[in-house]
Formats: sequence, structure tokens, C-alpha cells
Amino acid sequence: MSSAETRGARDVLPRLRPVTADALQDRARQLRLDILDVISHAPMGHYSSSLSCAEILVTLYHHVLRLRRGEPGWDDRDRFLLGKGHVAVALWPLFAELEFFPQTWLRTFGQLDSKLTDHPDMHRAPGVDFSSGSLGHNLSVGLGMALAARRRGKDHRIYVLLGDGEIHEGQVWEAAMAAAHYKVGNLVAIVDANGSCADGPTESVMGIEPLAERFSSFGWHSIEVDGHDSGALMQAFEGAMRVTDQPVCVVARTLKGKGISFMEASPREWHLGALNGADLEQARREIREARQ
Amino acid sequence: MSTMSDPFSFNAGAVESSYVGNLGEAFRRYGEQNEDVLLISPDLGAGPVTGAFVQQFPERFIDAGIAECNAMSMAAGMATYGYKVFVLQMGAFGALKCAEQIRTDLAFSQVPVRILSAWSGLAMGFFGTTHHAVEDIAITRAIPGLTVLAPADDNAATAMLSASEQVPGPVFIRLTDANIHPVYDAPPEITVGRFGRLRDGVDGTIVGTGLGAQLAAGAAALLAQEGLSIRVLDAYSLKPLDEAAIVEAARATGAILTVEEHLVTGGLGSAVGEVLARNGLAVAFAIHGLPDETLTVGMPEQLYAHYGLTIEETAQRMRSLVSGKR
Repeated sequence: MSSAETRGARDVLPRLRPVTADALQDRARQLRLDILDVISHAPMGHYSSSLSCAEILVTLYHHVLRLRRGEPGWDDRDRFLLGKGHVAVALWPLFAELEFFPQTWLRTFGQLDSKLTDHPDMHRAPGVDFSSGSLGHNLSVGLGMALAARRRGKDHRIYVLLGDGEIHEGQVWEAAMAAAHYKVGNLVAIVDANGSCADGPTESVMGIEPLAERFSSFGWHSIEVDGHDSGALMQAFEGAMRVTDQPVCVVARTLKGKGISFMEASPREWHLGALNGADLEQARREIREARQ
Repeated sequence: MSTMSDPFSFNAGAVESSYVGNLGEAFRRYGEQNEDVLLISPDLGAGPVTGAFVQQFPERFIDAGIAECNAMSMAAGMATYGYKVFVLQMGAFGALKCAEQIRTDLAFSQVPVRILSAWSGLAMGFFGTTHHAVEDIAITRAIPGLTVLAPADDNAATAMLSASEQVPGPVFIRLTDANIHPVYDAPPEITVGRFGRLRDGVDGTIVGTGLGAQLAAGAAALLAQEGLSIRVLDAYSLKPLDEAAIVEAARATGAILTVEEHLVTGGLGSAVGEVLARNGLAVAFAIHGLPDETLTVGMPEQLYAHYGLTIEETAQRMRSLVSGKR
């Protein structure tokens, strides 16, 4: 076998590839450690909102999305857009693992002219299907991709991860209305409903509940799920694939700062920050111990 | 005779002095020749600019409803699939309301979306102050990675469709609605980054964009009768600007007047002024455009007269400039 074959480069990773919920759960814990490591090379990073979507991202990249290892621009990949662009740091370890770029790049996060930026840049980092950084745009972009894929006769599925604060943006609801109008069955929005904005609890800043019902009333098929339960997420995404004539919204109930006690207690304080030595060690220890 | 076409009804050609009728047929033909051409518009598709295309290719028209920002970002997503996506926007709302979508989703991302920004300038002046589109050059030329084109008349407008293919990234095409003194007999050759030279001259230069190019040509003809030899440049490429043409005109003629249906802040005049300053060219220079104030309302011809966007006033400005030089 050639080295490429043994390494598995260019393998097509099919949709719903076999994996256990426990394995995903374990990978999500590892991703939390990875996030801490990647940010440790940078002046600062977005911690708590990355930690809230670890299971969501791992379930997508290890189970749901059709991808090709080592070929981020493969035409027939499913698309993933990070509407809540500030958690790009959670994507980079997953992309390195998929051989979209070398693992060594992870040490460059947040440095001058790095390819791995705080918000994802499609012209810097391979694997980013569209840039983000301004909240509220990516559901519209994803809708455009879904319409274009359908028009091209492609079976691509488009996934867009939104923050629950992000859906305060009016453009999200413009896109929600249009997606239902055009009956796109290949578009899935996931709301990382971690319940926290910069100014306080999302519900106190600007109420968005009942979230699932709101999307349903716009003509979406809504699925509500525990966003830290990999098995439940697997079921939700599998269920979403059976819906073919309307867009699907997966409302994932999560905890901002999940896995690190002092971040869970003060999620806003750790929205953006830099962990120091002792705190960093405690954070790593807590995540490792949760693995037992 | 009205210079304003009705943006809401499909009456292409019904208004003689409007250039969107010609553009409508050109866009239909362009769509016929390019099956990857798609149109997205916020409830304006059936109007005169794209109505003919929509009638022939209804399945290639995506109506975004009255949601401009969503239309712009959707276009970006569709363009990643190799489509030539056109977004028809009302000038007053496209650049202002969607400035951030244009910057982030089109320019920053370098997707090949073409914005037809129709009824720019004072074209919708009857409808109220909200409907003036007189800040859009300032906004769009500040966005890196965006190409900004502005045809002088109906023939030039039709030439912009294929000209936009010279650019891999997004293109903002500023369409006013005035075809009062057309300058081209046929669709001109357009080179992005260049100006058209409509007339040669040695005593001074008028650089105009859109209606401004029509006024520049008319004023130069008028001044020729008085023995003044005025060069006329059609600034159809606002970004990139034809810096070489400006520098050469300044050196050769010693006086530059700019004319635009846009505020005097941040538009063509500002851009030309920057070039002169950057190159240390202390020539006689003036900007003729709309004042930096909340503009009044009226039919376009009334507004053009009110604000001096006429051949006579342009000629007068040039006369003063030339007489004052050195």
C-alpha cells in the first residue's frame, strides 16, 4: 500500500458513518482539551461559546457530514457554515484531524497573519466553506448554497450553526422566511442555544423563546435536543435527513462553558479571555476527569 | 418627457429617455447566451431592468421578497456554485442598507456577484429624500476587492454586463436613470480600470461619471463654440480608477473639473482629488456634484436644474476654472 492509502488520505467519509455515541462524546471532550491548547498559543480566545458547541461540531464532522479526508475543496462535500464565527477555534482541531491542513498550524492560532483566525476566513484556512464574523449572514449564504446545489442537481446538504444571540439579527429571519418559501430540504440550521449573550442571559437581553416554535411557525421542521448528548444529536441529524421538503432547525440546548466548572459558573466572563497557568491546569484536569 | 422609469412595472422601452429599457433587453440576451446567469432581487425582478429576462427565464429568477440584505448574502452563497449571480437593487437601498453584506459576503469573499444598482442618484427624487442614492460611490469605493462601474448612458449600460466578466470578484454597477444627452451611439468597449476619452482638448479636462459624463460632453461642445478646447473623460470605472488618465490629463491640460450625480463628499471628485494630491499635481481643480446636505425632492429634471447638474452650469464651472488657472 502506498503511504497515502495507509494514511487514509482522499478517503471519502460518507454520511452517517458508523460511530458510537460514546466515541463522539469522548472526541468532544478531547476537542475541549484541543481548544484550550490552541488558544494557549494566542493572546486570547473565545472559550465558553466554543465549549458549548463541542458535541454539535464533533457529531457533524465525525458522523453527519459527507467529506473527503485531505481534500477540503472536494466538490461533493456537504457544506458547513459557522454563523457564530467567533468559535472558529473549535473547528481548527477538527480540520487538522481531517488533514485539511497540517497539525503544526494549530500552534499559529491568533498570531500575526495566521491562517487560523478567531473568525473563519475561507481564503486563509482550507475547510472553511464560507467566511463569517458578522453575525446573521451565514444562514442567508447557506440558503443560497442550498438553492444552488438543488439547481445544479447536487445532493449536497448545507449545515449552518447559529448562536442563540445571533438570531437576534433580523437577517436570520429574512433567511428563515425565504428558506421555508423555497422549501429547501437540504438546509439544516443548528442553534447552539447556550442561553448566554455578552450582556447577560439571552432571555433577559432579548427574548427568543419559544425557539423551536418560532422556527416552526416560519415553516421549518424543528427538532429540540440536548446539545451535549451525542446520541440525541445523532438522532436529530438523522431525523433531519428524512425531511426533504422543508428546512430543518435543530435547537440544541447547551451550557455555555460546558465542561469547566468556573466557566459554567461565569460564562460571560469567559466568553473571551486568556487562561493562566493555574486556571488552565484546573480546566484541563476537569475535562480529563469528566472522561472517567 | 420623463426621465424616470417606473421601477415597479414592466414597461421597458415605454420611457424614451430612460436607459433601463435597453438594458432590460441586453440583460435578457445576456441571459440567453449564459445559462449560468441567475437573478436575485428584492421584489423588483418584474420591473424594466430585468422583466424581459424574468419573463423568458422565470426559473432563473429568485425573488428574495423585500429583504435586501438576505438577497445579497444569498447571492454570495449561490455564486460559490459557479453561477453568475446578478442582484438587482434599488440604488437608494442597495449600497447603504447592504454595505456590510457587500463588504463581508461579496468583496471579502471574492465571489462573482454583480450588483445592478438601479435608479441611483436623483432618479427616484419624486418619492422622497429616502429614495436618493447619492452616497453609494463613497460607500462602495471604500470597500477593498469590490469593482465599481458606472455607465454614462444606455449603450454603456448594456456594455457593462459582459465587461463585468473581466473581474473575478464582485462588481457594483451604478445605474442612474438619465439618458438625457447620450454619448455613445453603440455599446462602447469597456476596460475595467480605464476611463473612456470622449473628447480631446488642451485647455482643461472634465471628468464625469454617469450623467456627469453626459454633462461633461455637452459642456465641452458648448465651450468649443467659445474657442475652449476641453478634454472629456468618461469615468465609467470608479474602482479601480484610471489614475494614469487623471495624471496625464492634469499635466496636459492644467485644469480638472469632476461632475457626478452624487454628493461632493466621497465620490468621483474626492477620488480624483486624492490622485492629484498623491501625485503632487497642483492644477486648477473643482468638484461639481450635489451638496453635502439633506437634498430636496422633485422629479429628476427639476432636481438636476435645482442643483445645477446641467450642461450650462457644468460649462460655467469649467469656464471659471480655466479662467482662474495659473
